[in-house]
Amino acid sequence: MKEKTYIDDVDRNLYDFRYEEKDSDFYKVDKGLTPEIVRQISKEKNDPEWMLDLRLKSLEVYNKLPVPDWGPSLDGLDLDNIVTYVKPKTALTAKWSEVPNEIKETFEKLGIPQAERESLAGVGAQYDSEVVYHNMREEVSNLGVVYTDLESALHGEYADLIKEKFMKLLPPEDHKFMALHGAVWSGGSFVYVPKGVKVEIPLQSYFRLNAPGAGQFEHTLIIVEEGADLHFIEGCSAPKYNIANLHAGCVELYVGKNARLRYSTIENWSKNMYNLNSKRALVEDGGKMEWVSGSFGSHTGYLYPMTILKGDNSKCEFTGITFAGKGQNLDTGLKIVHSGKNTTSAVNTKSISKSGGIGTMRSSVVVNPGAEGAESTVDCATLMLDDYSRSDTIPVMDIRTQSADVGHEAKIGRISDDAIFYLMSRGISEEDARAMIVSGFADNVSKELPLEYAIEMNNLIRLEMVGSIG
Amino acid sequence: MSSLLSIKNLKVNVGEKEILHGIDLTIGKGETHVIMGPNGAGKSTLGNAVMGNPNYEITEGSIEFEGKDIHEENATNRAKMGIYLSFQNPIEVPGISLSNFMRNSLENVTGSKVKIWDFRKKLEEKSKALNMDKEYADRDLNVGFSGGEKKKSEILQLLMLNPKLAILDETDSGLDVDAVKTVSEGIKEFQKDKERSLIIITHSTRILEALDVDYTHVIVDGKLVETGDASLVDKINKNGFESYTA
Repeated sequence: MKEKTYIDDVDRNLYDFRYEEKDSDFYKVDKGLTPEIVRQISKEKNDPEWMLDLRLKSLEVYNKLPVPDWGPSLDGLDLDNIVTYVKPKTALTAKWSEVPNEIKETFEKLGIPQAERESLAGVGAQYDSEVVYHNMREEVSNLGVVYTDLESALHGEYADLIKEKFMKLLPPEDHKFMALHGAVWSGGSFVYVPKGVKVEIPLQSYFRLNAPGAGQFEHTLIIVEEGADLHFIEGCSAPKYNIANLHAGCVELYVGKNARLRYSTIENWSKNMYNLNSKRALVEDGGKMEWVSGSFGSHTGYLYPMTILKGDNSKCEFTGITFAGKGQNLDTGLKIVHSGKNTTSAVNTKSISKSGGIGTMRSSVVVNPGAEGAESTVDCATLMLDDYSRSDTIPVMDIRTQSADVGHEAKIGRISDDAIFYLMSRGISEEDARAMIVSGFADNVSKELPLEYAIEMNNLIRLEMVGSIG
Repeated sequence: MSSLLSIKNLKVNVGEKEILHGIDLTIGKGETHVIMGPNGAGKSTLGNAVMGNPNYEITEGSIEFEGKDIHEENATNRAKMGIYLSFQNPIEVPGISLSNFMRNSLENVTGSKVKIWDFRKKLEEKSKALNMDKEYADRDLNVGFSGGEKKKSEILQLLMLNPKLAILDETDSGLDVDAVKTVSEGIKEFQKDKERSLIIITHSTRILEALDVDYTHVIVDGKLVETGDASLVDKINKNGFESYTA
C-alpha cells in the first residue's frame, strides 16, 4: 500500500534559543525615525562630518521613496515602531576573555569560538549593532591586510578611501531600504587587501540580532586591490522574536585588476525576520567575483546580489541555494551587468520549497552595448517537497551586443517515490533518505564552502527536514 | 533445510491491477534460486514485494523472513533484517557519493559505526574484484554511470552489505559479455558464504552459465508454472517460454 508522506513544520529549537538579557544593559533610541534620532546616532558613533551629512541626506531620500510593491508583501513591517539602534554597553574589545559572559555564552551556543579556532583568520562578530569582539591572526595583519569595524576605520589610515567608496556602489537612492540604511547604518566590517596580497585563510564576520524590534543595518565594505585574493564569509543566525524584525544591511565589494574575491554567506535569520539586504560588487579588468550564497531563514527576503563586470575579461560566478519552508516567502536571485569586453558569468542556483513556502528566483543578465564577447550561463534548478509549496523562476535577459552568448536553463523536480525506496532498501530511514536527497541537491553550494560551513549547512538542512514524515 | 524466506499464496497489486495471482515459494539458507519468465510475467513485482516497495500492494497471502511475518515492515527494516534488492534500474542520486552512501548504508544495516579506514580498504578490495576503478566510489551515486556501471555498483553494494538474502533483478540485462562475466564473478563471491541465499531474476540464461543453481522457477502471467533444478535452465534455453504460454 502506498503511504502518503508530507513535510511537516520545522524543529528550530537549536537555532531559536535566545539568551535573556536585562534591558538595562542596553542603550536604545526612541522608536520612530527623525532627523534628531539620526543626529543622535551620528554623535554616538563619533561620525566624521561627511557621514552625518550622508545620513541626513539618506533620511530625506528615505522619506520620499515608496516601499517596493513588486515583491513579497512588506505589510508586516511597521517602520515607525522599529527600534533602529541597539547597542551593548560593552566597548570594543580585542580579547575573548574580556567579552562579557552573557554575550560570550550566546556566541558559544552559536559556535563562534570553535569556528575561529579551527579555520578562521579573524572574527568581527557583531552583537546587535556594535562590534564587540574583534580579533585577527597576526600573520594576516602582517600582510598589510586591514580587517576592522567600519566605525574605527572611519578615523584610521584608510579614512579617505572609505569616504571615496562608501555607498557609491549602492547609493541611498537605490531603494527605500538602502536610504534607511544610509541614515542609520551601524556596525559592520571594513576589509582592505593591498595589491598582490593573497589571504590564504577565509575572514569571517558573524552577524546576529538580539533585541525585540531591533533592525540591523550593518555595512560591509571590502576593497581587494590589484592581483590580491580574499575569501570573506558572512554567517548569520538570529534568535526568534515576537515582533517583526528588519535587516537592511549593505555590502559593497571592490574587486581590483586581476584580483579575486569570494564572498560566502550562509544566512539563517529567525522566521520573523524581514531580510532586505543589498549587495553589490564592481569588478575591474581580469578580476573575478565569486558569490556563494545560502538563504535558509527569515520570514520575507529580498536578496539579489549584483555584480558589475566593468573591466575587460572580468568574471563572475554565482552559486546559490534558497530553502523556503513554512511561512517563508523568499525572493532571491542576482543581477549581473556585463560592461567590459570578453566578460563571463556563470550562475548555478538551487531552490527548495516545502510546507507551503514560497521561493522566487529572479535572475537578470544585462549585456551593455560594447560588451563584446560577453558569455553568460544561468542554470536554475528547483526541488518541490510537497504539493502546496510554490516556486517561481523569473529570468530576465537584456542583451545589447551582437556578439554576446547568453544561455538560461531552468529545471523543476520532486523527490520521486522510487528514489526514496531505493535508499530505504539500503537500510536508510525514510526521513534520512529525504534529507540525503535534499542535501545532495544542495551540494552545488556545500561543495564551495569550507568544510566546517558545509557541515553546518547540511545540519541545517537535516534540521529543516526533521519531522518531515507524516 | 531451514527456511529463510517463505512466500505463501502471494497476491500483489500495482495500482488497481493484480500482477501476482498467488505465488508460493520457499527459499532455504544457502540456496540459489533462479526465477525466469517472459517479460511482464511479474518477476520484478515479486522482488519489489519482498523488499517492501510501497507501490506494490499485497492483497493476499504472506511473506515470512526467518519465521517472521514482514508484511508490516518497511523497506528500511527489511534491509536491516538482511534482505537486499539489486535494482533493475538503479536510481541516480546527485550530490551523494557512492562511497558515502555505502558507508551510511552499512552503518544503518549493521547498526554500528564503520571505521573509515576499514571501510575504504574493504571497498577497494571489492571494487577490484569487480574491475571497477577506485574513483567510482567518489562519483555521485549512479549519476552518469553507464548501464553496466550501474549494475556493477549494485553488485559492489551487495558485496559490501553482505545480506542474508539477495534478490538480483535483471542484473544481467543490458550488459555486454565481459560485464556479464565480471558481474557473475561478483555473484560467485557472494555465493562462497554458504549461509547466504540468492534469488536471481532473469529472462535470459547468460548470467547463469558460471553460477551454481539449486532451483529454477518459471513464472508466467503472475503464476508459478514450474519448478525444477538447474537443468530447467537448459531446457528453457533450448525451448524458450513457448510451452508455458501456449
